[in-house]
Amino acid sequence: MEDTPILASPLAQTISLWIAALLTLMIFSFLYKDNPAYKFAEHLFVGVSAAYWMTVGFWTTLIPNLMAKLFPSRMGTIFPVAVGNRAEYFYIVPLVFGILLLTRLYSRLAWLSRWAMAFIIGFAAGTNFTRYLQSDFVTQIHSTMIPLYEPTGNIMTAVGRIFSNLVVVIGVVCALIYFYFSKPHEGSFGKAARVGIWVLMAAFGASFGYTVMARVSLLTGRMSFLITWVQSIF
Amino acid sequence: MAEANTGSTWFERLGALDRRVIFLLIALAVIIPLVVHYTTTIPASRIVLDLYEAVENLPSGSKVLISFDYGPSTAPENQPMATAFTRHCLEKGHKIYLIALWATGPRQSQQLIDEVIKVEFPDKVYGEDYIHLGYKAGNQGLINALLSDFNSMYTSDLAGEDIEGFPMMEGIGTLKDFDIILAIGSGFPGTKEWVQFAGDPGDIPVGGGTTAVMAPLLYPYYPKQMLGFLGGLQGAAEYEAALMNGYPKYRTMTRRASTTMGPQVTAHLVIVGFILIGNLTYLMERRKKRKY
Repeated sequence: MEDTPILASPLAQTISLWIAALLTLMIFSFLYKDNPAYKFAEHLFVGVSAAYWMTVGFWTTLIPNLMAKLFPSRMGTIFPVAVGNRAEYFYIVPLVFGILLLTRLYSRLAWLSRWAMAFIIGFAAGTNFTRYLQSDFVTQIHSTMIPLYEPTGNIMTAVGRIFSNLVVVIGVVCALIYFYFSKPHEGSFGKAARVGIWVLMAAFGASFGYTVMARVSLLTGRMSFLITWVQSIF
Repeated sequence: MAEANTGSTWFERLGALDRRVIFLLIALAVIIPLVVHYTTTIPASRIVLDLYEAVENLPSGSKVLISFDYGPSTAPENQPMATAFTRHCLEKGHKIYLIALWATGPRQSQQLIDEVIKVEFPDKVYGEDYIHLGYKAGNQGLINALLSDFNSMYTSDLAGEDIEGFPMMEGIGTLKDFDIILAIGSGFPGTKEWVQFAGDPGDIPVGGGTTAVMAPLLYPYYPKQMLGFLGGLQGAAEYEAALMNGYPKYRTMTRRASTTMGPQVTAHLVIVGFILIGNLTYLMERRKKRKY
């Protein structure tokens, strides 16, 4: 008889299905009113999530990308791929910075963690600044500089593109005017700002519509799961 | 709980409707279509078709990086995207590399391997046609590192096997060696970061899919910085429709996004109905106040 892993056995599958279903119902119970069952499920979720992220981070990043680089010959059965590699001692630097972050747990040494935090913030700020500047500013300006008329074979396509491009250009300009407060929003300037408000409202409406769709999708997923659970009972 | 006051008008009673009644109606609007298998077919829009055609027009054997930047909480939206991308790539004979910026991503990619690749494409070989590289910490810093040196970050696959032993890893040195990146995300880090830290600086074609909540943030990147993308469950259903047209065999196979678009329609109708009722009762109340 072929051995079946304990977690893949039918009994384990049934138990996990029931646990998932009951936890889902506990969370849904909040819709009626706050209650201990909901609180239990919520706290369990937070605890399990934190433990999961920590464990996965340890085995997929700390072991192969740090410990295996520093002590490859001692990895043995933990990470056999590294055995035989040369130790890369400059990885001591991230190890030290990582340990410094943990000094936050001791009030007397907590100030040491600022060095590691300073490195993280400095690196993130520097990297993000250049990337955001290119992708979200320079390229976005470039994307707004579009021809109002693009010759195509089909007249309906051409009309559609002209309309779309006009919406983009006028929408961007008017929305920017709305946020320009150094000049009173009066006359034609005020009318353009008013159009800007409508553009923003349309954007917020689209965003809200998408959010509703997202929430209904998640609800559908859970309901579909609960239907599967009910079908498994009968 | 609001009480129905004796003597109050019908629109006042409607305006004070208990929110739990609304929850119940939304639940029914989702459950009934699921039980009766009510589905809708949505034709692919331009933004989805552009991405579909980009994958379709790649020569067979192209290297496709698929990033799983989400977890079980948004799987109903994101997993159908992953399924549709994988089916398309493997039908075309592309090689797919599965990675994750989220610790919860590998579980989703493993589910994809178990339920889609091994079942529908049993002839595909691990390490030659697809590989599961798993998660690495670092968020956008990881993308930055992969852009200059892929193999220093990913030294092994998820099972701990040396990646140098896999034929499909030959020729992979940086992210620029991939023909396309398909980023499936539901937040930070996700599709947006792939555009900012890989697509733009590395001039690498990027496409993907996001939860509907994230979709409005990505529209500005299309078409110059993104080939196209799938916005929420609807985007996934549109990609499934495009795949069904290109590969008719998928008409009879499970199309999870398309089947769950039925409850979307009914739930939205209920929500629109309540928005109309809410506005109507508000206007009626205002009119009554003016009158007296």
